[in-house]
Amino acid sequence: MYTPEDIRHFDYVKDLGFPGEYPFTRGLHATMYRGRLWTMRQFSGFGTAEQTNKRFKYLLSEGETGLSIAFDYPTIMGYDSDHPMATGEVGQCGVAVSSLKDMEILFDGIPLDKVSTSMTINGPAAMLLAMYVAIGDKQGVPREKLDGTTQNDNLKEFFAQKLCIFPPKPSLKLSTDIIEYCARHLPNWNPISISGYHIREAGSTAVQELAFTLADGIAYVESALERGLKVDEFAPRLSFFFASHNDFFEEIAKFRAARRLWAKIMKERFNTQDPRSLWMRMHVQTSGCTFTAQQPVNNVIRVAFQSLAAVLGGTQSLHTNSFDEALALPCEDAVRVALRTQQIIAYESGVTDTIDPLGGSYYVEYLTNKMEERATEYIDRIDAMGGVASAIERGFFQKEIADSAYKYQKEIESKQRTLVGVNDYTVEKDWVPMELLRVHPKVEEEQVARFQKMKKERDNRKVKEVLDKLHDETDKDRNLMPTIIKALKAYATLGEITEVLRTVFGEYRELIVV
Amino acid sequence: MSTERKIRVLIAKPGLDSHDRGAKIVARALRDAGMEIIYTGLRQTPEQIVETALQEDVDVIGLSILSGAHKVLFPKIMGLIKEKGIDDMLVFAGGIIPHEDIHDLKKIGIKEVFGPGTPTGVLVKFVQENTRK
Amino acid sequence: MRKAEQLVQGVLQGNRRSIAKTITLIENNEPEAPKIVSVLYQQTGKAHVIGVTGPTGSGKSTLIEKLIRELRRRGKTVGVVAVDPTSPFTGGAFLGDRVRMQEHSTDEGVFIRSMANRNATGGLAKATKDAVRVLDASGKDIVIVETVGAGQSEVEIVKVSHTVIVVLAPGLGDDIQAIKAGIMEIADIFVVNKADRQNADKSLSEIQAMLEMNTEKKGWKPSVLKTTALTGEGITELLARIEEHKEYLKKGALEASRKDQVETELVEAIKQKIAESMVEDLKRKGEWEKLKQKILAKETDPYSVADRLLRKLRRN
Ligand SMILES: Nc1nc2c(ncn2[C@@H]2O[C@H](COP(=O)(O)OP(=O)(O)OP(=O)(O)O)[C@@H](O)[C@H]2O)c(=O)[nH]1
Ligand SMILES: [Mg+2]
Repeated sequence: MYTPEDIRHFDYVKDLGFPGEYPFTRGLHATMYRGRLWTMRQFSGFGTAEQTNKRFKYLLSEGETGLSIAFDYPTIMGYDSDHPMATGEVGQCGVAVSSLKDMEILFDGIPLDKVSTSMTINGPAAMLLAMYVAIGDKQGVPREKLDGTTQNDNLKEFFAQKLCIFPPKPSLKLSTDIIEYCARHLPNWNPISISGYHIREAGSTAVQELAFTLADGIAYVESALERGLKVDEFAPRLSFFFASHNDFFEEIAKFRAARRLWAKIMKERFNTQDPRSLWMRMHVQTSGCTFTAQQPVNNVIRVAFQSLAAVLGGTQSLHTNSFDEALALPCEDAVRVALRTQQIIAYESGVTDTIDPLGGSYYVEYLTNKMEERATEYIDRIDAMGGVASAIERGFFQKEIADSAYKYQKEIESKQRTLVGVNDYTVEKDWVPMELLRVHPKVEEEQVARFQKMKKERDNRKVKEVLDKLHDETDKDRNLMPTIIKALKAYATLGEITEVLRTVFGEYRELIVV
Repeated sequence: MSTERKIRVLIAKPGLDSHDRGAKIVARALRDAGMEIIYTGLRQTPEQIVETALQEDVDVIGLSILSGAHKVLFPKIMGLIKEKGIDDMLVFAGGIIPHEDIHDLKKIGIKEVFGPGTPTGVLVKFVQENTRK
Repeated sequence: MRKAEQLVQGVLQGNRRSIAKTITLIENNEPEAPKIVSVLYQQTGKAHVIGVTGPTGSGKSTLIEKLIRELRRRGKTVGVVAVDPTSPFTGGAFLGDRVRMQEHSTDEGVFIRSMANRNATGGLAKATKDAVRVLDASGKDIVIVETVGAGQSEVEIVKVSHTVIVVLAPGLGDDIQAIKAGIMEIADIFVVNKADRQNADKSLSEIQAMLEMNTEKKGWKPSVLKTTALTGEGITELLARIEEHKEYLKKGALEASRKDQVETELVEAIKQKIAESMVEDLKRKGEWEKLKQKILAKETDPYSVADRLLRKLRRN
C-alpha cells in the first residue's frame, strides 16, 4: 500500500506540470485523447510488392492513413532477393524490396502526399528513405510534404536487435546522415525512432529499456551536434518507440518517467530553446515476448492490458500484436482482433475521457519517480564509460540484458513468476488449430525473376558510374543521402549499394555475451 | 590416466532473423550444466553450420530459427550432415516452428523440436539423456 | 588400435573429420591419445606457429580473422586453436572466439577449433599444444593460437609458438599493468589494435617508451605497430613483421628456441609421468590417505614426504 509518505517531496508543478507543459509527465498535449486519439498503426507487409500494395490499398479504403511497412530479412540486411543468403527468406516476414522497381510497385496508385508511412528499417534506412524520396519525385510531390518515419536506430541493433550490417561508427554516421538530410530537406519526416522495444524484447527490464533508449537518444543528439546542426533544427523530429510489457503499473510509470526525463535532458544537457525539442513523441507496441505458444488465445488478454497501459501512459501511437505470433506469421483474423482491441479501448472503455487519469496516485507517482531515478543512475554509468559506443564495445548492454533475460527465464522455471498456461493453469491438449498464414514458395521465384529481369534491362553503364561515385563519396565521408538517391534512380539495387558501403565500412560481427 | 569427456554442443542460428534470446538462454543453461558450448553467431548458411559442427567435433547440434525459413534450410542442413558422415551427432531444433511442420522435421532426422517457453531444465535433460556416453 | 591408425592416416592426408576426431581424443585424454601424438610428432615442425595473446576484448579474434584472410589470399593454409575459459564453478564453457572467424569456416584451407581451458592455468588448455601438432602434421602452413585472454599471466603461449603477438587496445585501461604483469617478456611483436580510437597513439607511444628501456632479447628487438582489425588496416605490416621474425628464427634462433621448448616439455613430461605413477602407487598400496592424514595432523609435511619418496625411487 502507498500513502503520501511515499511521495513526500512531491511538487505538482515541478514533478508533474499540467498536460502539455514541462516536464510533460502528464502528456505532451493539453487535451490529450479528448482532442485527438492516438494513431492506430498496424505493421504489415509480406510476400511481393504487389501483395503488400493490395493490402495497403485495402487499408486505405478502410480509412487508415498511416501505413507501416515490414520488410523481409534480406531487405533488412541489405541483400538482394537473389543473394544466396536470401534463400528461403524472400517475402517471409515482410515485403521484399531490392530496388526502386519494387518500391514503385509497392506504392503504385498511392499518392505520397496523402499518406504517412512508417518504415521499420535500420541498416539500409538511407536506401529505403531514398527510394521513398525518388517515388515522391516521380509523383511530383514536393519533398517537404513527405510524411513518415524511418526507424533508423542503428545503435540499438548492436546490443538488442542485432540486425547490424556495418560496424558501430559508420552505422552511427548513416543514422546521422538521415537526421541531417531530413533537417535540411524533409521537414515533415521523422528521421529516427529511437527504440527501446527491441531492448525489451531481448530480455531487459523496464528500467533498462528506459535508460538504454534515452542513452541512445543522447548519443544521436551528440552525433548530430558534431555534424554542425543546431539542436533545435533536428530535436523536434526525434521520435521514440517503446514496448508495453505485462507489469501494468510499472509500464505506465515507465512511459511517464520517459517523457519527464527526456524533457529534462533536452533542457538541461542540451539547452534547447524550441519547446517542441523537449517533447518525447512515442510509439508503443505490445510486447511480443510475453506471448505464449501455449493456449495462444490468452495472448489476446495480454495485449488488452498492455495496450491499456500504453494509453494510460499517454502514447501518441500504438501497434497491437496478433495473438498467434508465437506460432507463425499473423493470420488475417488475428490481425483484426488486435486492431479491435485498440478500438474497444478507444471507443468503449471510457479511459480517453480523462487526461492522465492516474496522475496523483501515490503508487503511480512513486513508481514514476523510482523509474526516473534508476534510469538516471544507468545513464550516469554509461556516461562514465565514455558513452554508448564504448559501452557497446565493452559488452555492457549485452551483459546487462542477457542477465535480465536469464533471470526472467529462471523465475518462470522456478515458478517464482507465474506464466498462465506455461508453468501453471496448463491444459492437457492446448493446441488450438488455427489457420496459419504461410508465404507461398512461389513468391521467392517470382520476385527473383522480376529482379533479374530488371537488372538486364537497366542501363548498366550508368549503374557502374553511380556506384563508383558512391564509393568515392563514402571514402570522402560525405553525407550519402543525395548520392544514394541518384544511384537508386539509376536502378542500382539495394544489394549493390550496400555492398559498396560494406567494402568501405567493413562488416560487423556481433559481440556475443551470454 | 582418467579420461575427461565433456559434452560439446554447437548452438547454430540459420536464417537471417536475429532473435537470439532463446538461443542464448539455451546456451547458458547448457553451459551451466557443465557442457562446452560453441555458438556460431547469427545468420549462418547450412554449409557453415555443418562445417563448424564437423571441425568442432560436437556431440550435439541445436538449431534455432524464427524467420520461417526452416522448411527450406533444415532439410539442407540435414542433407549436408548425412553427406559429411556426421549423422551420429544429436540434432534438435527450437524457435517458431508451426506444429504441423514438426512431423516432417523429425522424419529428416531432427530428434526433437522445442517450442517457445520450453523450460531449460527439459532441454538440459534431453541433451544429457540423448548423447553418447 | 585400428581406429588410431586410421585417424593418423587421415590427419596426415589433411582429412578434416580425422583432424577433428583426433583433437577430441587428445582433449579428452582417451587411452589412444598418447600413441597417436607420438606418431604424429614425427611429422611436425613444418608449420609456423603464431601465438596471439592480450587482454579480453582487445580484438585478438578479429585480428586473427583478418590474418587468415590475408594468408589465404597469399595461398597459405591456416589452422587455428582458440582457447576460452572454463567456469570453475560449473565446468562448462562458452567458446566465443570462433564467431569472428565464421566466414572462413567453409574454406578447405582453414581449420578452426575452439577449446575450453578446462581450468588449466597460463592461458591455454592442456591439449592445446598437441592440437597444434595435429594441425601442423595435417599440413597447415601456419597455425595460430589464441589464448584465453582473461588477464591471467599467459606465459604458456611461449611454449607452443614461434612468434608471440601481444594485442592491446586503447581505453582498456589495464594495458600497462598487463604488460608489467609479465606479458612484456613474452612478446615478439606488440600490436595496438583499435587504431580507429582516439587515444591509440597515446598507447602506442607508451609502449614504445617502455620498449626503449628494455634491451633486446637474443638479437630480436620487439617492436610495436598499430592495427584496426575491424577494417584490416595494418595487417600487411603485421604479416611483414611476422615474416621478419621468422627469418630471424631461421638464422639459428629457431634451433635455440626449439631446444628450449623441447627442454621445458621434457621436464614437464617427466614431472607429470613420475608424479602420476607415484601417486597411483601410493593409492594402490593404501598409503595415500594415511599420508594425507599425517600431513593434516602436522606429523610431517608434503616436502619431507616427497623427499622420502624420491630417495626410495633412487634406491630402486
Ligand atoms: N573500434 C574497433 N573495435 C574493434 C577492433 N577490433 C576489434 N574490435 C571490437 O572489439 C570487440 C572485441 O573483439 P574480439 O576480437 O572478440 O576481442 P578478443 O580479444 O578476441 O576478445 P576475447 O576473446 O573475449 O578475449 C568486438 O566488439 C570487436 O568488434 C578495431 O580495430 N576497432
Ligand atoms: Mg577472442
